[in-house]
Amino acid sequence: MSAPSVVSLSNVSFSYGGPRVLDGVNLEVEEHEFLGIVGPNAGGKSTLLKLMLGLLEPLRGEVRVLGKPPQRSRTQVGYVPQYPQFSRDFPITVEQTVMMGRLGMSGLFGNYRRHDRAVARQAMAETEVLDLAARQLCTLSGGQLQRVLVARALACEPRILMLDEPTANIDMRVETEIFDLLKRFNKRMTIIVVSHDIGFISGYVNRVACLNRTLICHHTAAIDGDTIRSLYDADVKMVEHRH
Amino acid sequence: MMEFFSALWEHPFLQHALIGGLLASIGCGIIGSYVVVKRIGFLAGGISHSVLGGMGAAFFLGMSPLGGALVAAVVAALLIGWVRLTWHEQEDTLIGALWAVGMAIGILFISKTPGYSVSLMSYLFGNILMVNPADIWMMAGIDLLILLTVALCYQQFLAVSFDEEFARLRGVPVTFFYLLLLCMVAVTVVLLIQVVGLILVIALLTLPAAIAAHYVRSLGKMMLLATLLGALFTVLGLGISYAPDLPAGATIILVAGTSYLVSLLFTTARKRRELRRQLLRAVQ
Repeated sequence: MSAPSVVSLSNVSFSYGGPRVLDGVNLEVEEHEFLGIVGPNAGGKSTLLKLMLGLLEPLRGEVRVLGKPPQRSRTQVGYVPQYPQFSRDFPITVEQTVMMGRLGMSGLFGNYRRHDRAVARQAMAETEVLDLAARQLCTLSGGQLQRVLVARALACEPRILMLDEPTANIDMRVETEIFDLLKRFNKRMTIIVVSHDIGFISGYVNRVACLNRTLICHHTAAIDGDTIRSLYDADVKMVEHRH
Repeated sequence: MMEFFSALWEHPFLQHALIGGLLASIGCGIIGSYVVVKRIGFLAGGISHSVLGGMGAAFFLGMSPLGGALVAAVVAALLIGWVRLTWHEQEDTLIGALWAVGMAIGILFISKTPGYSVSLMSYLFGNILMVNPADIWMMAGIDLLILLTVALCYQQFLAVSFDEEFARLRGVPVTFFYLLLLCMVAVTVVLLIQVVGLILVIALLTLPAAIAAHYVRSLGKMMLLATLLGALFTVLGLGISYAPDLPAGATIILVAGTSYLVSLLFTTARKRRELRRQLLRAVQ
C-alpha cells in the first residue's frame, strides 16, 4: 500500500497575482493510479496540472514529481493540453506532430533516429491515427485531433500521463473511445485527467479529487447527488471510491 | 520588360541588382516562412523599423551603415524578445514604442550628420540599383549563416514555432531558440534593406511565405516555394520598373502584394467550391 507516490503536493498555494486560485492543497498520487480531478470552472484544475508540470511555480508549498522538482522530471510526463497553443492551419502533418513527442529523447541537434520514428508510429497505432499519418492538422475533426494529441503525449513514453479536459469539445461516442484508450494505457502508466464531467469519468477512474480552490480527502463509497451538490456549493471535497 | 533583359547584358549595376535580389529571396523565403507560421509579423516590423536607429548612429560616426544596421537589428531583436517573454501583457504597446523610438533616434542622428544625407531615402525605401560587389558578398554571407543555422536547428525551430509550451515540456531550451529565431529575423531584415528598404521589408518578409502557405503542406516546402516566389517578384519588379524608371523597391512590393491578393481570392474561391461539392455529395 505504501508505495512511493509519483506525484506529491504538500500544502500548495497559488495565485496569478490576485486572489488565491489554490489554497493549501495536499495530494499524493500513487503509481498506476487513474486519478480524475473534477470541480467547477475556475476551480483551479488546469492550474494544478500546470504546477505538476512545472509550468507554474507555487506561491507556497512544494510539488514533487517522481521524487524530483517537476521541471526535472517533466520529460517523463506526457501532457495533453486543453487548448493546444498551435494554430490549426500550421503546415504540418500528423506524423510530424506526433514526432514532437520525441524531442527530449532525440539526438544532438534534435535529429530523429529510427527508434524515435518507431515509437511515434507505435503511439499512432495505439491511438488509431496511423492511417492519418500523412494528413494535415487542419483537415482533422475534433475527435481525430484529440487522438493525435494523445499520440504525441504517448510518444514521450511517459511514466505519468496528464490530460486537461481531453474530451471537452467532442461528442459522447468519441469521449467513450478516448477513455477506453486511457484505461488501457493505465496498465503501464499513471494517469491524471482533469474533467468537468464527474458523472462520466467516475466509470473509469479509481479515485476522484474534487477541487474548488482547496482539496480535502473524503472517504466515501460512491459519488452521489449530495457530493456533487456540495462540491459545487462549498469549497472542498475529495471523494474516494473503489470499484 | 524586354528592355530590362537586353540592358542586363550591358550594365553591371543591373547584374548586381539582380544577384542581390536573388540572394535576398533566399533569406526572405526561409525566415519569412517562420515569421508567417509563428505570426510574428508585428515583431518583425518592430525589428526592421528600429534598425534605423543603428543606421543613423553608424552614419553619424562615419561607419558603415549596414554594419550599424546589423548591430541595431540584433539588439532590437533581443530587446523585443525580452519584452515578449517578460511583459507579455503590454507586448504590443512596448513593441510599438520600440518601433517608433528606434526610428526617432535614427532621424536625430541623421539630421545631425554633416553633409548631404540623400542616402536616408535609400535606406528607408531601398535602392537595389546601388548594390555593389561588397554588398553582394555580405548578402551571400548572411544567406549562408541563415541556411546553416536553420539546417542545424530545423527540429527545434519547428517545435518552438509550432507549440512553445509543449517544446518547453520536452526540455527544448525554448527561450534560447526563440531569441535565436528573432536574431535570424533581424539579419534577414538587414539582408532585405538593400533591396526594398526598411519600411517595406515587412512585405517581402511575409507576402511570399503567405502565398506559399496557400499551396504547400509542410514548412520545408513552404520555404522553397517562398524563396522561388521572392526571386520571381524581385526579378519582375526590377524588370517592370526599369523602362519607366520607377523606384524598384516599391515596384517589387506592389508585384508581391498584387500576387498575394490574387492568390488569396483564388484559394478562397477554390475552398468554397470544394465545400459546395462536399455539401452536394452529402445531400445526394
